[in-house]
Amino acid sequence: MRTMLEIQDVHKTFNPGTINEKVALDGVNLTLEEGDFVTIIGGNGAGKSTTLNAVAGVFGVDSGRIIVDGDDITRLPEYKRAAFLGRVFQDPMTGTAATMSIEDNMAIAARRGTFRGLRWGVTKKERENFREQLRMLNLGLEDRLTSKVGLLSGGQRQAITLLMASLKKPKLLLLDEHTAALDPKTAARVLEISDRIIEEHHLTAMMVTHNMKDAITHGNRLVMMHNGRIIYDVSGEKKKNLKVSQLLEKFEQASGEEFANDRMMLA
Amino acid sequence: MILAYFSSLDPTALVRALPGNVAQGIIWGIMALGVYITFRLLDFADLTVDGSMATGGAVAVMLIRGGMHPALALVFAFLAGMAAGFVTGILHTALGIPGILASILTQISLYSINLGIMGKANQAINVDQYELVASLRYVTAEMDVRVLFFLRMIIGAILLIALLYWFFGTELGASIRATGCNPQMASAQGINTSFCKVLALMLSNGLVGLCGGVYAQYQGSADVNMGRGAIVIGLAAVIISEVLFEKLCAGRKMAFAFSLFAVFIGAILYYVVIAFVLWLKMPSDYMKLFSAVVVACFLSVPYLKQKYSKKKKGAVKV
Repeated sequence: MRTMLEIQDVHKTFNPGTINEKVALDGVNLTLEEGDFVTIIGGNGAGKSTTLNAVAGVFGVDSGRIIVDGDDITRLPEYKRAAFLGRVFQDPMTGTAATMSIEDNMAIAARRGTFRGLRWGVTKKERENFREQLRMLNLGLEDRLTSKVGLLSGGQRQAITLLMASLKKPKLLLLDEHTAALDPKTAARVLEISDRIIEEHHLTAMMVTHNMKDAITHGNRLVMMHNGRIIYDVSGEKKKNLKVSQLLEKFEQASGEEFANDRMMLA
Repeated sequence: MILAYFSSLDPTALVRALPGNVAQGIIWGIMALGVYITFRLLDFADLTVDGSMATGGAVAVMLIRGGMHPALALVFAFLAGMAAGFVTGILHTALGIPGILASILTQISLYSINLGIMGKANQAINVDQYELVASLRYVTAEMDVRVLFFLRMIIGAILLIALLYWFFGTELGASIRATGCNPQMASAQGINTSFCKVLALMLSNGLVGLCGGVYAQYQGSADVNMGRGAIVIGLAAVIISEVLFEKLCAGRKMAFAFSLFAVFIGAILYYVVIAFVLWLKMPSDYMKLFSAVVVACFLSVPYLKQKYSKKKKGAVKV
């Protein structure tokens, strides 16, 4: 088994020394093997998205190490880490360039991590490949290669962003609440596409979600975060048999403990 | 009195001025292309142009006076403009200064640099003494000189459009477009957005410097103030082109090339309109005010349109 991601004791505090100080990550440790698909749940401010952004390099971490497939990427800038990562964001507007065509967007993604020179931006062969891939989405996008992405719906844009993330096989796929902004039916469709792409390319993936049911039914591992820490980590059969009620209980337990701690402090 | 005003207007004077306006429009169109790159593709309001325009002119004129061929001098005008764009880019990306401010800093410092290049506030070149690429004199010269001049201008413009069309179609050009449209997406796809911003600013100001070089030859001198308000003229050309031709360009094959071509038409129209207003005897002192008002109006149109249509939509929805 190849270890694809190691997060070692990562700490991150936003606005240190100010009134807005916020400990976002408080010693996160997580190791993913090749082909792992972990879902991450937790309350608001638990550190789910912050963990993904720390891996993606949106900001530097205060301490700890992030290792992808043996390479320490802790100090690499965001655009260099992109060579290893596929990313889909919560806001469908974020993952694509609205004023550019579908094929332009896909061609840019197909060159993730490679040198961009003065060769023509989209080749004929690529165009055929893109058309094939779009056809498999079943969203009627295969004949709209030159349409501006800005004209598409949120669900269509997320589906394209997913395709873009996999055009160049990433070592790690980061899905940051990528269905949260979609209506339930579209969300289900996009999740289905996510599952298919992860399976097909045998990707290692992390998916942040607010939906506990989705967190249980998707992936082979589940992690719960609270106050910048991982407080629950379950995989395999145990995860498959998990119930939403059990998760809720676990969740209340975690926040209840905090409540108890507060009371003790005050007393 | 009104009758006296109208009878004092001479239509033939307007027609006679037309070739000169077109020539000026094509030359300023080069600068408008530069403004299009930063303002539209990179989404960066770059005020460096007011300085780099004069830098291009100063470099070209001083080199020509020193004995260089006027066409070759334009290459150096382009490079000088690129250097100016590079400075703005570094101030913005490496030193974190907000875009507009970074470009104003470069613009101000270029004023001193331009004085340094020329040694004084303006330097003349005589068309009788040098084989200039462009000159006011060619516009009123005998027919064959005139035709040759306009042919040269038009071919030059088409060449620039073709080059830019090609460049922004390449992988590198596409990453600049992505950087301007959605920097977050660009970074996530492994594009070094800082590098792209600097490169686009260099290319844009290179074109502006080139325009300065041609325009200095056209008017027979370079002046430290020749670029003052250039950004407004550039924006006017870009916006006029969009208002008039956007629907015509969109959805076509090579739509981008048509948009670039429209920028030249926009610049020409700007000068024709200006000539028309002057012909109506508007005092030339008010020219800059007039330009600014026109640009402000056109810039506000998309915003007001959206605001108005939103209100209407909202009413229907509820």
